[in-house]
Amino acid sequence: MPEYMPDYLTVILAGILAGTITRFVLLRIDYRQYPGYPHGYLAHIFIGFIASALGAVAVPAIIKPDFTAVTFLALAAQQFREIRTMERRTLESLERTELVKRGLDYIEGIARTFEARNYLVMGTSFATSVAAQFAGIPAAFIVAALSLLVSLHFMSGEVIGDICDVVPARLSFDGAILKVDDISIINVGLKPMREKILNEGLAVMVKPHGGNARATVHDMGQRSAVAFNAAVILGTKKDVDIPEFTPLARKNPDTGEVGLYILPVEKDMEQLIAAVKLTPILESARSKPLKAGPVIKEARNKKVN
Amino acid sequence: MIKMEDSAGGKILAVVSIKKDRVSGGAPIFFASNEEEQEKVASYLSRILDAMVHDLENGTYILVKH
Repeated sequence: MPEYMPDYLTVILAGILAGTITRFVLLRIDYRQYPGYPHGYLAHIFIGFIASALGAVAVPAIIKPDFTAVTFLALAAQQFREIRTMERRTLESLERTELVKRGLDYIEGIARTFEARNYLVMGTSFATSVAAQFAGIPAAFIVAALSLLVSLHFMSGEVIGDICDVVPARLSFDGAILKVDDISIINVGLKPMREKILNEGLAVMVKPHGGNARATVHDMGQRSAVAFNAAVILGTKKDVDIPEFTPLARKNPDTGEVGLYILPVEKDMEQLIAAVKLTPILESARSKPLKAGPVIKEARNKKVN
Repeated sequence: MIKMEDSAGGKILAVVSIKKDRVSGGAPIFFASNEEEQEKVASYLSRILDAMVHDLENGTYILVKH
C-alpha cells in the first residue's frame, strides 16, 4: 500500500525523534555519576535510537495489522538487559584501578538505570507515535514534551539530602584514633599524617531523619557511594601508597549517624555538604523497615495466640 | 572485591617495635632503638608496602594492607 507509506513514515519518524531526544537529555543527567566517554555517549545514543525505533514501529505494526511484529519487543528487552551487563562489566573493571571505590551497589544502581532509561525511551517514542497516528503532528509534539517531562521526573530519584541533614563536623585524635565528632574512624599511626589530616581534612556528619533513613545510611554500599561522590567532587589526596587519606564513612552504632572523613584537594566545606547531599540513594540501600510495622505486629500477635 | 578499611581483608605485613620483649610471631618484625627511628622505619615501610601504619600505643606499630 504505497499511499500509506508517507503517513507511517511520519509517525515512525516522530517517535524516533522524540525517543532519541529523550535518550540524549537523560544521558546528560548521567554525567554527575558516570564519566561520559565519547564512545560511551555514542553507544548509548545509538542504542537509544534503536529503542525508540522499536517503540515507534510498534504503532504501524498494530494498525496494519501485523500483530506478530510486536513480538520483536521481547527481543528488544533482551537487548537492553545486555546493556545492563555491559555497563556493569565496564564499571567493575574500572573499579579495580579506582583509588576511591564506587562500591558494587553503586555500580549495580548505575547499570540498572542505564537499562531502565531505554525502556523510558521506548515508552516515549511509542506514546509519540500513537499521538502522531491518531491526532496528528501537533499532538505528537505535546505528547513528546510531556513524556520527556515524565521521564525526567521518573529518573530523578531521591538523594541523601532528602532524608538526612548534613552538618559540618570536627576532626580530632584520641591517641591514634581519628574521630569525627564522637565517631571513631580509623587508627592513624604516623604522627606527620595525623597533623596533615587535622590541618587539611574535612568532616561532615550525616544525620538521618527517622528510622527509614537510618536504615538507608546503615547500608555499606550507600556509604561508599557517599564517600565516592565526595571524592569525585572535591578531589582526594589519597594515593596507592597513602591509604591514610582514603575517605571513610563510619556510623555511630548508637544513634545511626554517619561521620564522613575526607582529605580533599579543595578544602571547601560548602562543596562537601552539597556533594554528600546530592549523592543518589541507591535502590539496593533504600529500605523502609518502619513500613513493615503492621505486618510485624500481626506476626507477633499470631505467635502469642 | 571492594574492601573498606575495617574489612576482614586486613593483613599484618610488618611490625615495627621498640619493645623487644613485647612482640614475636609470624609477621616480619623490625626493631628500632627509639621512637624517632621507629616512626621513620614505619613510614618507609608504609610507602614500600603500600600499607597503612597503625599505632597500638604500647611502643609497637603494625603495618596493615587493607
